[in-house]
Amino acid sequence: MKVVVGHLYPDYLNIYADRGNMAVLAARAAWRGIELEVRGIGLGDRLVPGEHDLLYIGGGQDREQALIAPDFAGRATALEEALLGGAAALAVCGGYQLFGRYYRDRGGVELPGAGFFDLHTVAGERRMIGDVLLSCSLEPGVERTLAGFENHAGRTILGPSAEPLGRVVAGFGNDGESGYEGCRRGRALGTYLHGPLLPRNPWLADWLLAQALAHSTGGEPPELEPLPDDLEAAAHEVSAERAHERGGRFD
Amino acid sequence: MRLRLEIGLARLAGRLSRLAARGGGTTLPGKLLVAVDPGALATLAERLQHGAALVSATNGKTTTAAMTAEILGRRVRLAHNRAGANLVSGVASALLDADGAELGLFEVDEAAFPEVARRVRPRVVTLGNLFRDQLDRYGELELVAERWRHALASLPADTVAVVNADDPLVAGLARGRGAALRFGLDDPSVARERLPHAADSKYCVSCGTPYEYEAAYVGHLGAYRCPRGDDERPPLDVAARSISLEGLERSSFDLVTPQGTRRVTVGLPGLYNVYNAVAAAALSLTLGATLDEVAEGLARFRAAFGRFERIAVGDRTVLMLLVKNPAGANEAIRTLVDGGPPALALVALNDEIADGRDVSWIWDVDFEPLAASLERLVVSGSRAQELALRFKYGGLELDRLDVVPDLEAGLDRALKLAPPGSTVPVLPTYTAMLALRRVVADRGLVRPYWEREERFDELVGRAR
Ligand SMILES: [Zn+2]
Repeated sequence: MKVVVGHLYPDYLNIYADRGNMAVLAARAAWRGIELEVRGIGLGDRLVPGEHDLLYIGGGQDREQALIAPDFAGRATALEEALLGGAAALAVCGGYQLFGRYYRDRGGVELPGAGFFDLHTVAGERRMIGDVLLSCSLEPGVERTLAGFENHAGRTILGPSAEPLGRVVAGFGNDGESGYEGCRRGRALGTYLHGPLLPRNPWLADWLLAQALAHSTGGEPPELEPLPDDLEAAAHEVSAERAHERGGRFD
Repeated sequence: MRLRLEIGLARLAGRLSRLAARGGGTTLPGKLLVAVDPGALATLAERLQHGAALVSATNGKTTTAAMTAEILGRRVRLAHNRAGANLVSGVASALLDADGAELGLFEVDEAAFPEVARRVRPRVVTLGNLFRDQLDRYGELELVAERWRHALASLPADTVAVVNADDPLVAGLARGRGAALRFGLDDPSVARERLPHAADSKYCVSCGTPYEYEAAYVGHLGAYRCPRGDDERPPLDVAARSISLEGLERSSFDLVTPQGTRRVTVGLPGLYNVYNAVAAAALSLTLGATLDEVAEGLARFRAAFGRFERIAVGDRTVLMLLVKNPAGANEAIRTLVDGGPPALALVALNDEIADGRDVSWIWDVDFEPLAASLERLVVSGSRAQELALRFKYGGLELDRLDVVPDLEAGLDRALKLAPPGSTVPVLPTYTAMLALRRVVADRGLVRPYWEREERFDELVGRAR
């Protein structure tokens, strides 16, 4: 079994420990005997639909984000074809914003996005910074938590057809008001949570791997062999505690 | 009259705070003074006969300022915030603590730099580097650089800017400024083969094209050039050439300056400390030191607290290397491993405000070269579990890993694992470092940091 991961703009978008997310995917695949290959997709490289089982895009500083935004918006069609074809995706922070329709900065200038998620982001007055805890249900009837850290000035507003990734238990979330965080469309997830996200939420890493395997084999997402996750559970607990202690919400 | 009364009250508060053992009391007097009279800092600074110099940078400001103090301390009486209290209140406290001082020498927090510069009106500002650091607190690099740019522009034209030419963002701040001195490294034989993962300012400040590096020394610091030709590392006024890194003990280099060239030895390891030494040399020369004084001061220099500081604990030695951001941690690790890969280490991660509440940065640190040689690793601090994951996913076998969140217990575990006579590298974040030093101080092995200040106070008092 093999999974091919397409890592979008790894040289530009890597500010919030995106490397940690990739390391977790690679290690958890390897421990189960699954081969995982990461292919970087940089400025001007081709994105060939069907070639990747999982696409990953991380966060960057405003400058780096602006440098790659036009290139990424130009791939909207290829991205949509890849994801509607069943590839999984994880978009974090700045990458999450770019998966939406546009990002409008304080001067009113709009940075175009790829528009795969029905959402847009508007720069706000205050940054939303802190630990955050979400409650998510990616499979019917299964409720799980995600613990992470958010740091964004953008307020993300979901459109009518957009489904959030989770409900905010503690922290700000998409806009600090709606009580929702992130976005989900099929096997593609977007979120502000870094921290990084996957080490202390290994169930999500496994969910993404299973979806990627489904794309790779053309079948259903497989049941993955469980791994000893004591350390991960301990880190999740501390992170969730922090969100309860320190997480805030605009009122 | 009013100011004198305020000063008296503020000093008294510092003494009381220390008596009550509430900690260093290093910033309380300054906080009080600034609270009752925001203009007091400027008034105190005006009394400095030789004016003031500010040192700011993401990494190395404490060491650079301490080296400068060592070079200049025999020539002039200094007001120096050596305990690292580097906000407005810390600078005010240092001025309060050392009246009769002739020259102010202040390390300043990156975010506090504009306000301190506005109030103190320094003669010289030294800007060392900008790396990503505690994004939850400082924000993005461009933002910090922009604030520095405004601060610099509002200072008189004869205020000298001593800038690191090897950092594109910092070098750009002095572009077109007449009173500027540019320092850097000039020895491709000690350069890195490629930029590290966490390299920051690697795109041309003018056009966004990735820089080409003739030599990359520390993070994105080096001899860079935009392939389109609109930006490059400016010529160096003060440079280190023929650099020789001598394990964990020292480094030496040819210090090339407008006043001549001198072989210099510094009792600190690592390329990043060569940067600190060159910055301190450039600053000291600007403040009137001779080349001899620079060379002698650097030779005498011993580590600033927690920065490659050696502390004897029974028959073991703790080697304390403060780590606080990816670039700084990468260099500490590289230096440590180059000096002989350790078999045992303690890494401690806290997530207080001073450490950064966002601990994601540890995933951008290249811990792998350290992990490769470790037979045992103790991870400690309030986020020890997160560190454990960092090393687990970095490939360290779990039977080599001890997770001990309590810092004192963590230190004891590491000391117990260390053979007698050996040195244990300890890599803590800021508040973890303070806590670990306190543990060792309580056992009578190292003076707490504020005692050094008191002693300094005494020395200045005696000199008067
Ligand atoms: Zn250029």
